[in-house]
Amino acid sequence: MRKTMLAAFSAIAMMLPGAAAAQGTPPIRIGILVALEGAFAAGGADGVRNVELALKQINSTVGGRRIETVVAPTDTRPDTTVRMARKLIEQDKVDIIIGPLSGSEGIAMRDFAKTIPGNVVINGISGALETTWVDPAPNFYRFNLDGAQWGYGLGSYVVKQKNWRRVVTIAADYSFGYTNFMGFAVDYCKAGGDIVQRFWQPLGQSDFGAIIAQLPDNIDAIYLGLGGTDAINFLNQYQQAGERTRLIGGTIMADQTVLTARGRAKEVLTGTPTSGPFAIDNPDPAWQTYVKLYQDAFPANQRFPTPSLFGLGYYVATLAAIRGLEAVGGDLGNGQARFKEALNKLQLDSPIGRITLNENRQATGTVFITEVVEGSDGNLTSKMVARTDNVTQTLGMTAEQYRAIGLPSRNVVDCARLRTGG
Amino acid sequence: MALADQAPTGARINPAAAPGRSWIERIPPGWWIAVVVLLAMPMVANNFWLFQVMGWSFILGMIAVSLTFLAGYGGMVSLLQMSIAGLAGYMVAILGPSGTTSISLGLAWWIALPAAFLVAAIFATLSGALAVRTEGIYTIMITLAIAAAFFYFTRQNYTIFNGYSGFNLVLPPRLFGVNWRDPVPFYYLCLGCAALCYGAVVYISRSPFGLALQGVRDNPRRMAALGFNVTAHRVAAHALASVFASVGGILLVWQNAQIAPGTIGIPAAIDILVVAVIGGLRRPLGAFVGAFIYVILQVFSPDVLGVFGFSAERFKLIIGLGFLAVVLFSPDGVLGLWDRWRARRARRVDPLTGAPR
Repeated sequence: MRKTMLAAFSAIAMMLPGAAAAQGTPPIRIGILVALEGAFAAGGADGVRNVELALKQINSTVGGRRIETVVAPTDTRPDTTVRMARKLIEQDKVDIIIGPLSGSEGIAMRDFAKTIPGNVVINGISGALETTWVDPAPNFYRFNLDGAQWGYGLGSYVVKQKNWRRVVTIAADYSFGYTNFMGFAVDYCKAGGDIVQRFWQPLGQSDFGAIIAQLPDNIDAIYLGLGGTDAINFLNQYQQAGERTRLIGGTIMADQTVLTARGRAKEVLTGTPTSGPFAIDNPDPAWQTYVKLYQDAFPANQRFPTPSLFGLGYYVATLAAIRGLEAVGGDLGNGQARFKEALNKLQLDSPIGRITLNENRQATGTVFITEVVEGSDGNLTSKMVARTDNVTQTLGMTAEQYRAIGLPSRNVVDCARLRTGG
Repeated sequence: MALADQAPTGARINPAAAPGRSWIERIPPGWWIAVVVLLAMPMVANNFWLFQVMGWSFILGMIAVSLTFLAGYGGMVSLLQMSIAGLAGYMVAILGPSGTTSISLGLAWWIALPAAFLVAAIFATLSGALAVRTEGIYTIMITLAIAAAFFYFTRQNYTIFNGYSGFNLVLPPRLFGVNWRDPVPFYYLCLGCAALCYGAVVYISRSPFGLALQGVRDNPRRMAALGFNVTAHRVAAHALASVFASVGGILLVWQNAQIAPGTIGIPAAIDILVVAVIGGLRRPLGAFVGAFIYVILQVFSPDVLGVFGFSAERFKLIIGLGFLAVVLFSPDGVLGLWDRWRARRARRVDPLTGAPR
């Protein structure tokens, strides 16, 4: 009986590749590598929507060739991501991959991209610094700013506009936490601020009692580099402890989950400055047009009120792919050499301003500083207060200076040295 | 415990095994077909099938077969097998070369690999020694607790396990001038390891130790009365099973070229149980069949949804429905379904005359 069993099992195994392989060459195939499971599932779904939105603007046709998409869902684990990327390339025969969504997936994709030199990978919205900084892949392009860039500009804003010069930092104990903190700290320390103490909280660990008890008294503000439920937990416990000082938010701190949370967290949040790659109330017509486009394209119950960070990232990435393909008339021959060349030279006019790439194929662009305010309906919302244009990968330093700071980790950024200009 | 009640058939005697025939003649023809098909697969299948689908199936199968061994022959359902596999993989990354040069020691493979097996075996023995004092659901609970603790430990420990990011660029050594991560060599490497693991489980199950283990499973008190050391047999089973899991774990790290805490999280530990149950816990082959089905579902469910015009976001639905169907229609997995089908077909023959009814 085992024999027939095994024979059948093997026969199925043999049949499937034949059935699923071979596709015609004429259309351009784009693989969307996106997290559709786990904590970022809702954001990932917004990413898929935005790829469709961008393609709809050109009627899914470029240079006379149709564009087809294949969605490859991941669960934000790097091994799943590489597995799905391999399926996109080898099984679905896609020409271009757009994705992934989260930091450690990005690093895994950088290494995977090196094994597929004939294809282009355009990052979705993953923000790890190492992806385009350490040993970058020649066919991996990132048109969004990295986590450190997202934090840049906020430090000098709080020093110069608010005169907050002594802060304690509480941030998430993983790579995005370090990276986003690093961007803030570099700028903050250079502007003359001082970081009194740093706390690192493991992801998903909900008890902040020990940290709250240790907070020193004579500080101007707390930098809070937490997101989602971690941030809500901290804010609630912080309230209950009867503490009250000003806050500075990391990029993922003041998102909708935190702003719309019930409870008394609201009271502490009002007036908190944060920074990130977009501002909801950006008056720039390009942004306003994009938001309108997004809202008109999908019924209100199938989208967010305004595009999410993840959706925006995938939109910009798709836009870059479209502009690149337009420049070469849809020609992907010769290992996509002309397409790569076009992407390298691209000056992308996006909803969040002009984006260019540097020699590591990493974006240079705008960081927006926003402040949490109480909206007309009593809910918290954010208001744009400043913007920093042309934020480079090296945060305005030379590559050597930036390299000397070190890679994001708990101890990186020697505040005293930066303050004295070293 | 229901899982332990099903008697595996590892020790049964093949009726075709007439004494005069050599062992080669005793192998049923179906096996020869399977061997030829598996060996010849690189000639027809593309790289994705070799490396991703088949490679991953063999790897998951090896980790699941260690659970089949413990649960089927030892009556101990352990959720630790993925952690043990992960620990072996982590050890290869830590002791051997990797992209995280500040932690990895970069030792040669002939030190790193044995050390990885050893560390994983010690971990399995120690946690096994804890777990065997309990029965049934409590074994599951205690192994789940250890697996969860190990997952959180790797995620928060930065000095050894590099925390959330783990290790990347963990590549197999270049032995005999072959890049073992190329699809064809990797396929044969996985196939060879899987065959060895399968053979080892079958062999052990018929050895005196395996028979004693099955005795311990069925009636520990009587075995103790006969003079067998029940606890020692169970702990030894955990140690032995760790070898199969470690092979799978090391190959998994080489396949992905990286390992991070997500690889050994609770969902991954439960996936191994799902794989083993889907295939059927009664025979070691079930682990590999289950792994193949699991991989096919994981890889192709988004496409299936796309064919029917649904959004690919709901791909987990197909996986869940597939698993539900198998468990609902056959509590002892796909192989159990197969057994029943054969039994029904045999019944169609008149028992007296042998003529079809």
